[in-house]
Amino acid sequence: MSESSNPQFLDRLGAKKPARVVRVNALAHALPVARQLEEIGFIPGERVQVLSKALFGGDPMVVRVGVSTFALRRAEAQLIEIAPEH
Amino acid sequence: MQTSPIHFVDSSPLVALIGNPNCGKTAIFNLLTGSHQKVANYSGVTVERKEGKITQDAGTSLRILDLPGVYSLYPRSLDERVTHDVLKGIAAGEKKPDVAVCVVDATNLRRTLRLALAVQRLGVPCVLALNMCDLAQKRGIHIDPQALSAALEMPVISTIGIEPQGVQALKAFLVDELNKDHFQSLVEQSQEVHKKLHISAQKDTDKIQAILSQLGLDELTPDPISDRIDQWVLHPIWGSLILGCVLFVVFQSVFVLANAPMQLIKDLSTASGEFLGAFVPIELLRSLLVDGLIAGVGGVLVFLPQILILFFFILILEESGYLPRAAYLLDRMMGSVGLSGRSFIPLLSSFACAIPGIMATRTISNTRDRWVTILISPLMTCSARLPVYTLLISSFIAERSMVLGMSLRGLVLFGLYALGILGAMLVAWLLKILTQEGQLVRPLMMELPNYHWPTVHNVGIGLWQRAKIFLNRVGGVILILTLALWFLATFPIPPEGFEGVPIEHSFAGYIGHALSHVFEPIGFNWQISVALIPGMAAREVVVGALGTVYAIASNTSNASTELGSLLANTWSLPTALSLLVWFVFAPQCLSTIATVKRETGGWKLPSIMLAYLFGLAYLASWLTYHVSLSLGW
Repeated sequence: MSESSNPQFLDRLGAKKPARVVRVNALAHALPVARQLEEIGFIPGERVQVLSKALFGGDPMVVRVGVSTFALRRAEAQLIEIAPEH
Repeated sequence: MQTSPIHFVDSSPLVALIGNPNCGKTAIFNLLTGSHQKVANYSGVTVERKEGKITQDAGTSLRILDLPGVYSLYPRSLDERVTHDVLKGIAAGEKKPDVAVCVVDATNLRRTLRLALAVQRLGVPCVLALNMCDLAQKRGIHIDPQALSAALEMPVISTIGIEPQGVQALKAFLVDELNKDHFQSLVEQSQEVHKKLHISAQKDTDKIQAILSQLGLDELTPDPISDRIDQWVLHPIWGSLILGCVLFVVFQSVFVLANAPMQLIKDLSTASGEFLGAFVPIELLRSLLVDGLIAGVGGVLVFLPQILILFFFILILEESGYLPRAAYLLDRMMGSVGLSGRSFIPLLSSFACAIPGIMATRTISNTRDRWVTILISPLMTCSARLPVYTLLISSFIAERSMVLGMSLRGLVLFGLYALGILGAMLVAWLLKILTQEGQLVRPLMMELPNYHWPTVHNVGIGLWQRAKIFLNRVGGVILILTLALWFLATFPIPPEGFEGVPIEHSFAGYIGHALSHVFEPIGFNWQISVALIPGMAAREVVVGALGTVYAIASNTSNASTELGSLLANTWSLPTALSLLVWFVFAPQCLSTIATVKRETGGWKLPSIMLAYLFGLAYLASWLTYHVSLSLGW
């Protein structure tokens, strides 16, 4: 997989597709949101899955990270770089 | 509830409970302390401070402080700052805790242990409460407390927050340590750990990973039952339908179940007024006690049943884990007007009464969202408006059945509720497009915890606390306001042989007459203007005040029907409609304004609220009056 050349983000991940967190977007790291995302469990290597998406555009969405479940808006999901598992 | 600094003379040792939101911390607190809880605010901030006590037979006692639920100790939100400051011993008016009990969710150690490590790094003596260990067992997660304790270098006690006996071990441990050496061994252990602990929080993840692999807890086992329920509850279509049904049942129950107790309170206040009236010979004193005190306080107290029933449902929905899911389902809609799903719970409470609704905005971490939610909460139709709506609708709207068996009266009532919600959405939307901050996308990041059965104990304690807060307010601000309004409506006393009704000669009468120039363009006569003034204590008092102005004895049982037919003969339909619309929007309730002032710590927000609600009400009533006039109604 070439994650660095073509990074994928959580907001584009299809429902129920298993993936792992690569990192929270480095460019966003200055934002408090990025730090909060790490605090609630979006740390490198953690398993993620999109459980459900709102109709019309998937904003907000329900995400499983580790064994916790969080509702995120698309803007937050966009900050989380992921690698799909096959 | 007060915001003044709290100074404790109590020198008993202090134990702080800390943990992630939804880890069952408050359930443990409730079990440890029973109903011996003091709810107040932290000095200078509107973060709820809960303290309780464990008393042993030997005379030793322990104070237990329930810190706000947080994900980290990085001081960003108000809750996190308070937690951080208390643990560091730098919070104003707070003693540094002697011991911290870190409550972790045994089914989610990977995330919840991080906070425990952060507390350990602060150098506070720690005990780990391994909560929900029964659920962990059931899901096949077998944790060895001894091994975990050795790895973390802190005592580990298993707890079950939903069983009455589930915290006995923790209680016994705390009391033992206190009796043995006054927590000295815990202090030494924490100093020992503190010396060799790394400074960086970055390494915590690796350390936790290492501990979990070592204990064979590396498997991820989500809750299968919650997942199965969520397939329906979070479904884009079924989920919304389920939410609609839940809300319908809640509202129906609030109105149906509250009827009998409300009638009882009304009857009791009338009866005690009559009883007292017979004993007090002096006319003025009798008026103060009966019309001022009993009628005023009774008029507010009558909402207690509705508030308690609504909160009963809210507490059950909250405890079970459904409320954040409802907030998720509504987030899109709320987002379109610049709010988030988190505003849903305060707004729902506002349908009973705006005061608990405004207090519930404390859970909204974003200040801007919190202020907007406070501003629009009075637009939710609170139960105080119902008596006014009922009187006017039954007097002016014909009983006619419409399509699908709905009655015209019911439709008008529904329309008034809808008008309030639409008004609120409009105001929020305007604030979104007109302010820069409103256009920023704010994070949602809301945890959807696993479902749990609500426990009688926790719901009971929650209800008891709401009732106490409300009753304290009735005894405080509301009582003073009621008496002030009685004074305005009574003095100066009309001279002998005064032709009109006494209230016309009072300060309230003067103000009402002066106001009637302002209100004339929206169709209000001077009687309405006068009646609006005592209505500032509680909206429903307007019904009684109209009776007073039209000189109808208010203690006859059919006063309301009599008043209704009188109004139907003297007012035009446009006037009645205009008054109905006025009640949807107008800032009628002084207690609400007082609550906003207290919760926001200044006069800025209450002033904005008064001004915009008045403007909105005037505009809407003017439109209603003139449109219905031009239609020839």
